[in-house]
Amino acid sequence: MSQAVLKLKKVIVDFSGFKAINQLDFTVKPNCVHFVIGPNGAGKTTLLDVICAKTKATTGEIKLHSTKELSKLSEDQIVHQGISRKFQAPSIFQNLSVIDNLEIAMKQKKNLFSMMKAKWTKEQKKKINEMLELVGLKEVKGQLAGSLAHGQKQWLEIAMVLMQEPDIVLLDEPIAGMSKKERDKTGELITKIARDRAVLIVEHDMDFVKEYADIVSVMHEGQLLFEGSMEEVQNDPTVREVYLGRKVEENVVN
Amino acid sequence: MQNTIYQKIWSQRVILNLIFLLLLAAPLFLSDFRLNLLGKFLAFAILAIGLDLLWGYTGVLSLGHGIFFGLGAYCMAMYLKLEATGGGLPDFMAWSGMSELPLIWIPFQYPIVAIILGILLPAIIAFMLGYLTFRNRISGVYFTILSQALVLVVVTLFVGSQNLTGGSSGLTNFNTFFGFSVNSATTQTAFYIITVIVLGLVFFLSRKLVKGRFGKILVGIRDGENRMRFLGYSPSAYKTFIYTLSAAIAGLAGMLFVLQVGIISPTMIGIIPSIEMVLWVALGGRGTLIGPVIGAVLVNAAKTGFSESYPDIWTYFLGLLFVLVVVFLPKGITGLFEKWNDRRKKQDVSSSVEVEKSYS
Repeated sequence: MSQAVLKLKKVIVDFSGFKAINQLDFTVKPNCVHFVIGPNGAGKTTLLDVICAKTKATTGEIKLHSTKELSKLSEDQIVHQGISRKFQAPSIFQNLSVIDNLEIAMKQKKNLFSMMKAKWTKEQKKKINEMLELVGLKEVKGQLAGSLAHGQKQWLEIAMVLMQEPDIVLLDEPIAGMSKKERDKTGELITKIARDRAVLIVEHDMDFVKEYADIVSVMHEGQLLFEGSMEEVQNDPTVREVYLGRKVEENVVN
Repeated sequence: MQNTIYQKIWSQRVILNLIFLLLLAAPLFLSDFRLNLLGKFLAFAILAIGLDLLWGYTGVLSLGHGIFFGLGAYCMAMYLKLEATGGGLPDFMAWSGMSELPLIWIPFQYPIVAIILGILLPAIIAFMLGYLTFRNRISGVYFTILSQALVLVVVTLFVGSQNLTGGSSGLTNFNTFFGFSVNSATTQTAFYIITVIVLGLVFFLSRKLVKGRFGKILVGIRDGENRMRFLGYSPSAYKTFIYTLSAAIAGLAGMLFVLQVGIISPTMIGIIPSIEMVLWVALGGRGTLIGPVIGAVLVNAAKTGFSESYPDIWTYFLGLLFVLVVVFLPKGITGLFEKWNDRRKKQDVSSSVEVEKSYS
């Protein structure tokens, strides 16, 4: 397939002795829905943290488009490199309206002085309206974000991530706490947005992974255990052993 | 819906303009003494707006704004003092055995320089402190403690350098400002009018700042500083800017204060006044611009009223007021208005529903 958009090489994240990520090589490809699975403590969320600079890599390199080194940049600089992150718990601005949330999230010059002069352009308004349409929040655009239902908050945050027009989207358990209907809608949305960018998702829900994954990476103890399609993952004996093992046996028993 | 929003903005603007005009016309119906007091309160109100930009909008609590207020006040007072001595040595310097004007006093011979420094000095100090702390991600209560430490350091310095600052008795006995006698009623009325105009300008510009996208970013930083980083913002730059701006506004307020009150001393800029300033904002309602103005005027009017009749009880009353506000009015007086407005709106809705029912 085409060239990698993001490449991690021998990355170690050391939390005073505990290596949450240990010598990890990891590649993110464009236009893919890429899931990361693994047991608790495997380092999945830390992987996202280290990419978006929430956590600094102790050693190793993180290269964007095989040229730009990311591990020395700060969180806000990473965003301007085209990598946006959605956190597990919806972290939206409760005291701002839906549209205000999107307004401050959208791609624009975000330094102090450009922001003081910031004015709406026609294009920006159009983009926000399109985004509201896409995530189905048009009806509630004037409401305070704090008054939204849980699923709507998740979509609002996904919309905020997308407004930044990133090349790589990082999502941490986007469907946690969603109803079946909301999950389907989120899955469709993810498929849609992966058409022109890379989407990297940490997820526990195997049915959801199975349905929407192009690539699945299995992590275990801070390392990459296996990578492939969901089918390959399910048939791999080592993966069964460390992660799917119990579940598969249960299925056999049933 | 759209209509009522327009109506709301329109009526707000009308009310604000009315208040402004009323304040401008106050010299016509207030005695010189009362006018002077109101002018002092309005100088405090200017400071309160700046403090609210920082605390109410950006979520940074500073318990050290007395210092910025004080720096502005001292800059102005130094000029007034030199003006009063007619180029000679101020009395307290002679008493502490100095024979020549110290170097740092020399620029304050020129009123324009003094005015510029009165805004610039607080801004520079706030910028340096803000830059260092916010960049190193020191925030919340740690920043608040640092801001208190700043007060202690500066006040101790001011009291200790008797020969430069007049020590604990501060600076007073002024004569003229740009050649006008500061004690005449006409000059004082002019100072009052200037204060009202400055208040209007600070209010208007702050409103412009917080109503736009910039204000939403400040609220974002207040409610989720880390999230803002992952949206591509650098919160430390915004916080440093607002801190610097609010310090400059405090300096401006300090200058207007000295012109109208005629004295500045370390007790007026220390820890207790710094905490009182926060109380004005809390009582009026933080996160709104009119709230701090109301708070500053009301608390100080109450203070004056009380100290006229029962000078001893004031501090107890202040403490009681603070407890009451925290317990019953977490959003301050403006919060009360909001609640009242919401209730009225609900009644409107329910009554219109009833009307519909009776017609259907």
